[in-house]
Amino acid sequence: MTPQVPLVDYLSLGEHPHLVAHQCSGCGARYFDRRNGCANCGGTTFGSAEVATDGEVRSFTIVTFAAPGVPVPFVSAIVDCDGTSVRANLINVEPSPELVTLGMKVRLATYSLGIDDNGTEAIGFGFEPS
Amino acid sequence: MSDDIWILGIKMTKFGKHPDKDTVDLASEAALAALADGGVTMKDMGVLAAGCLMQASAGIGQQLQKQIGQTGIPVYNVANACATGATALRTVIMAVKAGECDMGLAVGVEKLAGAGLLGGGGRAKSDAKTWTPSGRYGAVATTDGRIGTDAMPGVFAQVGMEYGHRYGGASFELFARISEKNHAHSTLNPLAAYSKRFTLDEIMNDMMIAYPNTRPMCSANCDGAAAAVVVSDAKLKTLSLEQQRRAIKVSASVLTTDPWQEACQVLPDVNTLTRNAATTAYEKAGIGPEDLDLVELHDCFATAELVHYDNLMLCPEGGAVDFFESGASWRDGSTPVNVSGGLQSKGHPIAATGIANIWEICHHLRGEAGDRQIPGAKVGLAHVIGLGSACGVHILEKAAA
Repeated sequence: MTPQVPLVDYLSLGEHPHLVAHQCSGCGARYFDRRNGCANCGGTTFGSAEVATDGEVRSFTIVTFAAPGVPVPFVSAIVDCDGTSVRANLINVEPSPELVTLGMKVRLATYSLGIDDNGTEAIGFGFEPS
Repeated sequence: MSDDIWILGIKMTKFGKHPDKDTVDLASEAALAALADGGVTMKDMGVLAAGCLMQASAGIGQQLQKQIGQTGIPVYNVANACATGATALRTVIMAVKAGECDMGLAVGVEKLAGAGLLGGGGRAKSDAKTWTPSGRYGAVATTDGRIGTDAMPGVFAQVGMEYGHRYGGASFELFARISEKNHAHSTLNPLAAYSKRFTLDEIMNDMMIAYPNTRPMCSANCDGAAAAVVVSDAKLKTLSLEQQRRAIKVSASVLTTDPWQEACQVLPDVNTLTRNAATTAYEKAGIGPEDLDLVELHDCFATAELVHYDNLMLCPEGGAVDFFESGASWRDGSTPVNVSGGLQSKGHPIAATGIANIWEICHHLRGEAGDRQIPGAKVGLAHVIGLGSACGVHILEKAAA
């Protein structure tokens, strides 16, 4: 089987792909990047928290003009996953304001970014209508 | 003796394309004009704060001194995203307020004509030949366009759409009508980069950048500079009656950053820090939003203007759509907003913006705004926000005399 690597380290692959956040042990604030401390309470210990894979679109934009090398159009969205806000593209939906709506229900989905020179496949994620 | 702080002289250059002038030329033009406006010279200045965001390491303050006066005073070169100009001004205000000196100069300048998307969202993207994790997210490839957007038009589109999701009523057409207002306002501003009136149809059918922001709904990249001379109350009292008459009181000068909120590292929260800055400013000035005769707010995109009606408390919470629909923010409305044309039409030479908006308010408070004068203007508010984030709010009042 082709070895796989996630697009970002907070995407957990396997049978049930999901996002994993660093959760502050003190206040419960969640983060997706490598942490030095908690921006909310100043704590320095973190645990791992599995983020819900079902969510609701709280905001979106359809980007039709981007930097060279970024294919357009695409839908950028903020998805509320049971209280944790996630930034992601909406995928498997036509990028049109008639079809993408505020409040729409979505679920996490993965896709292949392709195979590199070493034969490794990168897997990305987005949210699709559920 | 009061510890009031005053704007003694202030000026902005024409915003637009200045192919024959570099940043030092533009900064010099604004600085010399602000000094002349205040009836003072570089020799009177005790401090200089200056910003040029795109050349943040170039030392624009010292470059400027080498053209208009190497007097040996301390220079603070500042960079704070789109709040750079307000930060320069605030730095000078703090120095004067602290009693370090009794007069100082703040300057902001930028050359942006022809620039496209700015910041990380504008840099060309390409993937490496192998999927190797790097950075704070361990990303193996470019994330811009794969995990949402890094570019400002889309980020601020999401800011406006989120408001729409929370409170309703924020349609593409509503955002376009906000832009229609600012472009209409700019037709009276000879210093605006663009002073062409657009119809709603033209705005909505122009090139879509990031839905719902079309091109005319985005801030206009252009060249420009602005400068202000700040003076202490004690020093002002020693100056001429004419200087005292034209001086504008800084009733509040506030700078905030974004406090942590759930989601703030996913989508920048431009709301809380603006609301915090406004709350503090109103409190310091002893003035409420209902007292404002005009407001210049940071309409970097049409979608941003809407949320700041609410953040600056120009309307009840959740009432920004109704506020705009009532006509309140047009120049003949109850709280005229961006009568200069705003960033969408006057233009947004980044570091100049946070001083140019103060100039616009001062211009009206002095009764010198000509065709676009808001009659009888006595108090105004200027707001900027730099993503990252920093927010500057200044409340200005006409001299009592």
